[in-house]
Amino acid sequence: MRRASWQEYQKDIADDKYYYARSCIRQNFFPGSEKAFLDILGKDLGIDIFDDPLHTSCTGIGYHSDVVPLETIMTVVARQFALMAEAGYENFISSCITSFGIYNEVLATWEEFPETKERTRRYLKEATGRELVLPRSIAHTSDIMFHHRRAIAQRAKHRLVNVHTGEPLRVVEHIGCHYAKIFPKSGIGGSEFPYVLAGMIEAWGGDVVDYPERRHCCGFGFRNYLVQANRGYSIANSHKKLESMAPYRPDFIVANCPGCAMFLDKWQYAIAEMEGTTYGADGRGIPVLTYEEMAGLVLGYDPWELGMQMHQVDVEPLLDKMGVAYDREAKYLGRGGKYIGKPAKVAVNCDEERRIYQIKR
Amino acid sequence: MGKYFDMLLEDVRFEEGLKSCMNCGVCTAVCPAAEFYNYDPRQIVSIVQTRDEAEIERLLRSDTIWYCGECMSCRPRCPRGNTPGYVIQALRTLSQRTGLFVESEKGRQQLALKRLIGDNILATGYCLTPRNIRPELHPEQGTVWEWIVQNDEDLYGRFSDVYLKEGAGALRRVDDKTMDEIHRIFEVSGGQAFYDNIERHSDRKAREMGYDGATEEYMMDTYTKNSETHY
Repeated sequence: MRRASWQEYQKDIADDKYYYARSCIRQNFFPGSEKAFLDILGKDLGIDIFDDPLHTSCTGIGYHSDVVPLETIMTVVARQFALMAEAGYENFISSCITSFGIYNEVLATWEEFPETKERTRRYLKEATGRELVLPRSIAHTSDIMFHHRRAIAQRAKHRLVNVHTGEPLRVVEHIGCHYAKIFPKSGIGGSEFPYVLAGMIEAWGGDVVDYPERRHCCGFGFRNYLVQANRGYSIANSHKKLESMAPYRPDFIVANCPGCAMFLDKWQYAIAEMEGTTYGADGRGIPVLTYEEMAGLVLGYDPWELGMQMHQVDVEPLLDKMGVAYDREAKYLGRGGKYIGKPAKVAVNCDEERRIYQIKR
Repeated sequence: MGKYFDMLLEDVRFEEGLKSCMNCGVCTAVCPAAEFYNYDPRQIVSIVQTRDEAEIERLLRSDTIWYCGECMSCRPRCPRGNTPGYVIQALRTLSQRTGLFVESEKGRQQLALKRLIGDNILATGYCLTPRNIRPELHPEQGTVWEWIVQNDEDLYGRFSDVYLKEGAGALRRVDDKTMDEIHRIFEVSGGQAFYDNIERHSDRKAREMGYDGATEEYMMDTYTKNSETHY
């Protein structure tokens, strides 16, 4: 019964013709994931997806740091919707969980408090000359990947299976608070049993790990990470999750939200350096993937074209388990095949020889 | 009703976030901030619900309202349909509008957030850009991030044809007409005035604390210093 609970929370997801809104965090830390998403949909699946050069940040990180007022972010959101309509699209998709929460919050506020919608309409017209138009549908980009997961499975070059043992890979999925905690009906599976990543993992051959702190926040906490003096909050919350998941020996973590993926990767590095503790079964870190990277590997994309060299925790142990072929040295090539040197090795990296004092298994 | 409570009622998030609290404490049980700080969202909602103006002002002047991470884990769990996180957002907005945010260590950090995130939005069209995530301010970002920042054009160029240039793609330069529209949105909707207000009150407080105004030194002190009294 519990496994089927997600089915109570369904939403309509458009099949085609998407207006794509980028993410500040994803494009900074996972630019290869954004490219892969557009390539998988546009080139592999032949879907119409428009990458508009005119849209901007939704300003959501500023809003949740409480420096951008509600009236301002509503008008910025209204401009994004206006651009979508001007480009001839109705299905708005966002590559960021913070933004996705913002778009849902703004739409719900306009519905609940119609005077805020009229005020936004006036501000938008006065500031930009554009007209407010509401989207027909709103989805997160992971919803789109979930929606097309069977088509991706049909084209799979690799499965989420350990090629050496034949066993399904054990995958920790992390949803990101603003995907469904603000508006449970806006997420596949709601806030209690989100199925958006679990559905992909199961469709592509992996096993989903259930663990006590599965729904706990990654620890971003906006001002609690963005201000250096507050970062203890952030690392403490990631630490809590890592301690909770480690006994289940996950092969990798996959995150819905680009911020969560970054924090769960980088805080493993910081914890290893601060405490000498690592969480991967191999004595190093647990690789942390975006769902675009997970889909890209399944479809046979080159890991370095997916941008996986930008992770602090090495992904090679996972590639080896999946039987993905890769060029070890191509990891360090920049644009046009130029060698750009290597980052310094640290405790969470594979070929670092420094002793790890405490391996959580 | 009093001044502060009336001002809170003008914020739709306050109206949406607080119907009636029965003090069950489920919000505190699931709150990541409550686990880390000396922080109890149940208590905050309870105080605001009393409409006690002196107590609300105490909150507006306090560190307490700045501990929340706005993860909104409280929202789906409240049996009465309240959202303590929305109440916090309304309190933080009011604390800044009234200038009371500068009376607490955590509140004074709003200047750093305004300059590091807020100003970046008006400069680039994004909240974050690789060159404003400076490794010396982000040691936790590790050696790979240092390598990325040192080789940004080569590395981002592998995934985007328009890194720091106009066009469609990751980390493109946002064109001037779009930036003009964003600036006008901030002017028309009150975003710029909100930023200016943060600067004005920070400058006043900085002088009171012995700085030459809201200088880089004052801003960096709010960004880096922790009195270790929050736990």
